[in-house]
Amino acid sequence: MTTTMPAPPVTRTAKKPARLTHRGKNPARRSTPLTIAMLAALAYFLLPLFWLLVASTKSTQDLFNSFGLWFSDAPQLLTNIKETFTQDDGVFARWLLNTALYAGVSAVGAALLAAAAGYGFAKFRFRGDGAAFNLVLGAVMVPTTALAIPTYLLFAQAGLANTPWAIILPSLVNPFGLYLMRVYAADSVPDSILEAARIDGAGEARIFFRIALRLMAPGVVTVLLFTLVATWNNYFLPLIMLNDPDLYPITVGLASWAAQAQNGGAGASSDMLALVVTGSLISIVPLVVAFLMLQRYWQSGLAAGGVKQ
Amino acid sequence: MTVTTPSTAEGRSRPGRPRRHRSAGPLFVAPFLVLFVLLFLAPLGYAAYLSLFQTRLIGGTVFVGLDNYVQAFGDSQFLHGVGRVALFFVVQVPVMLLLALLFALALDSGLLRLSRVIRLGIFVPYAVPSVVAALMWGYLYGPDFGPFAQLSRNLDLPVPAFLSEGWMLGSLANIVTWEFVGYNMIILYAALRTVPQELYEAAAMDGAGAWRIAWSVKLPALRPALLLTLLFSVIGSFQLFNEPNLLMKIAPDVISSSYTANLYAYSLAFTGQQVNYAATVSFLLGLVIVIASYGVLLTANRRRTP
Repeated sequence: MTTTMPAPPVTRTAKKPARLTHRGKNPARRSTPLTIAMLAALAYFLLPLFWLLVASTKSTQDLFNSFGLWFSDAPQLLTNIKETFTQDDGVFARWLLNTALYAGVSAVGAALLAAAAGYGFAKFRFRGDGAAFNLVLGAVMVPTTALAIPTYLLFAQAGLANTPWAIILPSLVNPFGLYLMRVYAADSVPDSILEAARIDGAGEARIFFRIALRLMAPGVVTVLLFTLVATWNNYFLPLIMLNDPDLYPITVGLASWAAQAQNGGAGASSDMLALVVTGSLISIVPLVVAFLMLQRYWQSGLAAGGVKQ
Repeated sequence: MTVTTPSTAEGRSRPGRPRRHRSAGPLFVAPFLVLFVLLFLAPLGYAAYLSLFQTRLIGGTVFVGLDNYVQAFGDSQFLHGVGRVALFFVVQVPVMLLLALLFALALDSGLLRLSRVIRLGIFVPYAVPSVVAALMWGYLYGPDFGPFAQLSRNLDLPVPAFLSEGWMLGSLANIVTWEFVGYNMIILYAALRTVPQELYEAAAMDGAGAWRIAWSVKLPALRPALLLTLLFSVIGSFQLFNEPNLLMKIAPDVISSSYTANLYAYSLAFTGQQVNYAATVSFLLGLVIVIASYGVLLTANRRRTP
């Protein structure tokens, strides 16, 4: 991963550090009331996550019998985690692996496809390029869920429904990713570098993989991360496409457990509730970590998409 | 869609690309376009095709022309579903975008302590799957072990009925707002960061205060980013599915299988086995979204050139 993302392009970094220091070096201007107001807002956003963390340490009985926003007398996070992973012959680990596979393959594939196409549209002219680009851009507006049902019917006929391909293939085409990569390629890959490489005798594929892709790295990482999140969090498509629990991603799996917990109430399958809660906590950890670690990339990438029109 | 494409013109005006590289362009674009045709255009065309047929008990699948569309326009379940998401859009989206805008301006003002922590904290819900968000909030709303209900009981107050008929749309709106304020905030904040510092300095020299700068310099600079977030919100709101689908299990009496248009299309296809009518509803829902998106774009364009 690290090899594909060197420093962001020069044009972008040049003004940023200057502004950061400019703004950062003025502690006298800090406003306490504004900070307090924003911390109150922050509390709203973190409250459900805090609840989830607390609830994951409780048995189903304690969920009902102790106050929701504080720990019970008998915290049992490790027991819950162990039970989450052993329930139904360890299907939860399977769901996690499925999700990682679907999201990982989709994200890398979508980012590469969008980067190549965005670069192609930004740096080459050919017959029909404008029309093709506008067609793809118009597709941003087509709701993915409206597409999902006909896609399912087509996939069912092709024998692809209820296979991993049913989740990965539709996630590979990201029209907004293409738009972002085109803007990014136009901005961050100077024509002069391409010309120089051509004069040196480099082939177009080599120029793309060795030079352009590196210059576009922050944009590529942005598309990669957002496709990763979209596929990781996808619920509608796998709900439609898959009926084998061994193929479920974590979202569909958790929803099926939640339905079981609901039907069982607090009685027969009472432990399910604690498992749903603990499973939810486990499922959000990888993405939150990925976002925190890669934040400077996705932020500069989004800047390009949000500004250029 | 024209507003979002001036980069095409920019590409055109750039002269001096040698002829011999022309063949490489289509090769870079081809893999994406091939998949795009197979996975976007083909299902769309197939949905349009399916929507012209009906499967009947006697006679099998027959061509019925636009009968399904006529049926949909008189189908109160479909119309109510669309109406409900339209109401959701009109109320939830302005609240969400206004909050995102205020947060982005506050972060950009440089007046905040702990701004990094605050920014990431507000964004974190975006990384939470909507399934988990809906489950969490569903449990938080719950009358049994939800902390709001527990607190109300301890204080001898009436337990808030978050999952009742009257409150449900608001409860759903709260979940969606929680999930996406941070995402929209980051787009707006990222756009603000690219405004050249000199612009602020020039405005300050002209005697503009912080509020004046926010209103006259920052807001206009945010136009394209705001338009982008608005478009995403149109698309998201009208296909509302995950949150009502999950809360349905907690409150089946309140959320019916046609609560939103998308939920209706899903239940038609997978519980009702009415594939053709489901395709019609999906197709119409897509059309509603395209029309709403164009409406947003046209309004924005008209305002730009008074």
